[in-house]
Amino acid sequence: MEGTGHAVCLGPDIDTDIIIAGRYLRTKDRSVWAEHVLEDLDPALAPRLRGAVIVAGRNMGCGSSREQAPVALKEAGVLAVIAPSFARIFFRNAINVGLPVIECDGVPCTAGEPVAFSLDEGWVKAGGVRYNARPLSVRMQEILDAGGLVNYWRAKE
Amino acid sequence: MSATITEKIFSGRCAREVVAGDVMMAPIDAAMIHDITGPLAIDKFMEMGGTTVFDPAKVILLFDHQVPADSIPAAQNHVMMRRFAEEQGILNYDVHEGVCHQVAVEKGRVLPGDIVVGSDSHTCTYGAVGAFATGIGSTDMGFALRFGALYFRIPESIRAEAAGAFAPRVGAKDLVLSIIGDLGADGATYKAVEFTGPAMEAMDIPGRMTCCNMAIEMGGKAGIVPPDATTHAYLASIGARTTRKEDLTPDDDATYAAWKDYDVTDLVPQVAVPHNVDNVVDVTDVAGIPVNQVFIGSCTNGRYDDFLEAAEVLGDETFSPDVRVIIVPASRTEYLRTLRAGLIERFVEAGAIVEGPSCGPCMGGAFGLLAPGEVSLSTSNRNFRGRQGSTEAEVYLCSPATAAASAIHGVITDPREVA
Repeated sequence: MEGTGHAVCLGPDIDTDIIIAGRYLRTKDRSVWAEHVLEDLDPALAPRLRGAVIVAGRNMGCGSSREQAPVALKEAGVLAVIAPSFARIFFRNAINVGLPVIECDGVPCTAGEPVAFSLDEGWVKAGGVRYNARPLSVRMQEILDAGGLVNYWRAKE
Repeated sequence: MSATITEKIFSGRCAREVVAGDVMMAPIDAAMIHDITGPLAIDKFMEMGGTTVFDPAKVILLFDHQVPADSIPAAQNHVMMRRFAEEQGILNYDVHEGVCHQVAVEKGRVLPGDIVVGSDSHTCTYGAVGAFATGIGSTDMGFALRFGALYFRIPESIRAEAAGAFAPRVGAKDLVLSIIGDLGADGATYKAVEFTGPAMEAMDIPGRMTCCNMAIEMGGKAGIVPPDATTHAYLASIGARTTRKEDLTPDDDATYAAWKDYDVTDLVPQVAVPHNVDNVVDVTDVAGIPVNQVFIGSCTNGRYDDFLEAAEVLGDETFSPDVRVIIVPASRTEYLRTLRAGLIERFVEAGAIVEGPSCGPCMGGAFGLLAPGEVSLSTSNRNFRGRQGSTEAEVYLCSPATAAASAIHGVITDPREVA
């Protein structure tokens, strides 16, 4: 899986409450989550996520296990999330819902500038420089390629 | 071979010797779903072709985040989960029984050596009775409900060895906050935290639950206390008993990612200041900050023992008229115990609002929300920006003793200074 998008820069310790607040968890309507994603961080951010690659700081997605967080980012049009480290549950949820997550150190972020990534070859390119990403397991790659665990499992059965 | 508790638990349940780093499909002894993440998990279960759950007796189902239903969509989620419970033959604890993590433990649904998953990050609480318990998302839960098994990467462990004895009005919450402050909000990411040592051995199950509950706040996959005589006495008291024979005591010469020694003897009350759980300071550093709301409750500190700790600090005083004090027991059982001991009456007399067992203001979903500029002092587990209402509000985390002392004076107060 490969892609290129415009950079959206986030800091460290972005928790899943700030990705999608508890008050929006009553519904199962994904469009509501997409509309309000990252609202408490920056209310103007959601419309800019279509075709975006998020470059976040360490411990991305910490806190609550809510799977609504990676679903909201994906539904809003985020192509991939890059961070030097991810919180465990968010990382696994993202793969399970088909949102590419890439562990990569030192990627600089300039808002709006292009960021490219290749999961198959394990790299990120930003500002004309290529950075090596930590590889995903074969199984995780297959789940992402299938678009998530549900599709992956359906294809197996 | 020498092993951590986590390695011993997975070796026991997978019938082969496993070590940290192994990836295993492991059997699930219990799977917990609640009203926030359960509906999505049930959808995923269906989407993966699920018709009947792997074992209805191993599914724990209840409502705690938005109870009684605070909106029509919440009520619809409850209806959907009630129907699922009935169709699948799953015992439904419904809205009245309490917070998932307290209920799962006090009903004996989790035993030493179990592998337990829950679609809630604080599922790590169950390590207090010697289980390996971890939070998962709704898709993984859909898979677990269908197959009764899940892929796990066996985590490395951090040994947190706590020596000494607590000074008066200092306890489990202060210890775990100080450990989080030391290790950082991602200091245990992908790892299990083993809480051991004389201070843990002397601690009762409620305190151990407080410590294990907050393992996730340092990124931990699990928090575990080795099961001992205290664990077995607790299990006997609730009519539960394990038939497992494995020795789950961790080996001192096992391979640990880190070994951290702590001494609680000189520990003072700790407070996590906004907006990260690892911004931990001594209470004396923040004493005097005015608070608008004090919340005593949650899966972290909503048990009888926590209310007793708060009541002892309260004594015959009243709460400050400038503070809204919200008391929420973590379960019906803990509520009744607190009620029968006369503590509920004392809190109400002193000016508190007492709500039925639920997550309460912890998640900022149902009630007790904060306005911009307001300050909350909370015995719960997260102080993220916006967690309890406005993003311009501030949440401080502390022990029940510190919460009670501060509620009396209307400003953050060292509980050791209250007579």
